[in-house]
Amino acid sequence: MAGDHLPLAELTSSGRPVLLPSEIECSFLSNVELESENSANFSVRLKSGLLILTTHRLIWLPPNPVPPGSKGCYVPLAAVSHIVSKKSMKSMFASPRLSFQVSVGPDGRVDTKSLVRGSRSIVMTAVMRGKGDVDSFVAKFWENWRGRAWERDNEELGSSSSVKSGHESGSGSGGFDSTGMRMVGVAGILRREQEIWESTDKSLHDAFQDLNALMSKAKEMVMLAEKMRLKLLSGSSQAGAANNEEMGSKEEMQDWLLSVGIISPVTKESAGALYHQQLSRQLADFVKFPLERSGGMINLIDIYCLFNRARGTELISPEDLLRACSLWDKFDVPVMLRKFDSGVMVIQNKSYRDEEVFARIKTLVTKPDTLRMGISASDAALTLGIAPAMAKEHLLTAESQGLLCRDVSPDGFRFYVNLFPEIISDDLYVVQHHGVYAMWNTIVSSA
Amino acid sequence: MQKLGDFKLPPFFNYPPYFTLQPVRDTREKQIQLWKDLILDYCKTQKIFIIGLEEEFPLFSNHVIERSLTHEAREAFLSALVSEGRAEWLDKGRRKCLILWHRIQEWADIIVNFVKDNALEDGGVVTVEEIRSGIESRGTELHCLDRTILMRALKLLEHKGKLAIFKGTSADDEGSKESAAKPCNRDSIRNNFHFCWAVVGMEL
Repeated sequence: MAGDHLPLAELTSSGRPVLLPSEIECSFLSNVELESENSANFSVRLKSGLLILTTHRLIWLPPNPVPPGSKGCYVPLAAVSHIVSKKSMKSMFASPRLSFQVSVGPDGRVDTKSLVRGSRSIVMTAVMRGKGDVDSFVAKFWENWRGRAWERDNEELGSSSSVKSGHESGSGSGGFDSTGMRMVGVAGILRREQEIWESTDKSLHDAFQDLNALMSKAKEMVMLAEKMRLKLLSGSSQAGAANNEEMGSKEEMQDWLLSVGIISPVTKESAGALYHQQLSRQLADFVKFPLERSGGMINLIDIYCLFNRARGTELISPEDLLRACSLWDKFDVPVMLRKFDSGVMVIQNKSYRDEEVFARIKTLVTKPDTLRMGISASDAALTLGIAPAMAKEHLLTAESQGLLCRDVSPDGFRFYVNLFPEIISDDLYVVQHHGVYAMWNTIVSSA
Repeated sequence: MQKLGDFKLPPFFNYPPYFTLQPVRDTREKQIQLWKDLILDYCKTQKIFIIGLEEEFPLFSNHVIERSLTHEAREAFLSALVSEGRAEWLDKGRRKCLILWHRIQEWADIIVNFVKDNALEDGGVVTVEEIRSGIESRGTELHCLDRTILMRALKLLEHKGKLAIFKGTSADDEGSKESAAKPCNRDSIRNNFHFCWAVVGMEL
């Protein structure tokens, strides 16, 4: 089994790979067969799957629908010791083949640690049987392998800890910084702050100069945002009880963080023909958090704004969004697109049930005040804790189910509980003892 | 209980949605049913035969809850009455509606009974005015009956051969009776039907 030799790839509930902290997806190819040369205790043969190239790994995902027992796995680029193929892949008769040499540990498993143990090498080949831009995939493969993004991560982990220790030693022993200037007292603190601000400023400046550089700086940006958040948190706790303004800005900061949360947007370039599929899955993942916050149903327009904001660059068009949502039917994702009679479209959890909202509306609309005065969409929005546009859709749906009646007047558009079923046609003057009609009648007569 | 004049209003008259035409089919059907019954009841007790859509009609507004039926709603409810045969549009523009809280056939029956009760002889003559405003008509439903409806009922009876209608020549009451006694084939009529009498009207 491939699982014996290659590490398994962790997936989200929508079938997307869970990426490492600074990992970015670069290219996709479908219908790829991954195999190894025949060898004693290492044999891999994975058919017609999806091959994803990232800055850190080559991920192989099983095709859709998934054959039983098959799981996604990956080859860390760190374990690749040599790329065998020529740069040009075009061949008249056979499918293009990309071969590379992988270090394998004595236990027959590939992972980054095996490099260190000085092991043997196995040649693996990816046979590209599908349509797709193979040349660009291979070019990026070379680029990423040379880029050695995983080593930079290790470096940074090491460097950030050394920076911390540097600061500690500085404040502890009243010491000097790298240029030999005295970093003592308030002046020293100010100077240190100044230097940090300058380097931050330069970092921002560089990032905005060059969009390519921005992609690699994206990780730095996120770290910056993280630091700001921590500062805010520590700032508010120092002040004791946080006042309203601080709470407000903290909330804003969290919102902004959410919206810069995605480092690796799926783009047309990296996914080619699979663009919509991968976008669809990424959207399904993204949508979970906003859905929770808005009670299980959210306007499509709101998601369009939120999603594009999170992507930053490589914005998607409304048509792309619609197509991505309609693809959800084909996958097993926990969300769905719903269109109301009025034309409003929303995204909701598959587990969402109208009945719950109807029960709440019914309770709201049979209170003494609302029996007499009815409710408007904004009243309902306030009580139910949802957006007014959504509240109106719910009220209209409840009306179509016979739960409510509308009242249109110069006072506005209001809804009352539907009493018509309880009114007896044969005798217009009779009000039965039990029921909402009786309750209504009592309240109205006593006014 | 609320009243409109001396007419008792039902409790749901103060329910605001009653005055908004409902879009949902089942709800609307019930609403239409209630309005039809209410209109007929009101017109019957208040002896109203014609409703003008563009005029103020007390039943179509409720000042207590400050609601009125829109033109569209009024037309919808009256059209429902027309479809049921309890009303008729008097003009193509649908501005005036004739309310038949008794159907024409019912009015015809009432007229026949009226004649019987007042022992008008066979072959007798009576004017249209006498039917609707004569001494005998007071206290009956025929009193102040709308002329259009009356003529329709009479025509229906004529069609069934129970009477014959003649046009009078002058406004003079006494004179009209005599001059109106035109010859008709009384014998054939008498042989075939229970009673017959001639009806004379000034405006025919």
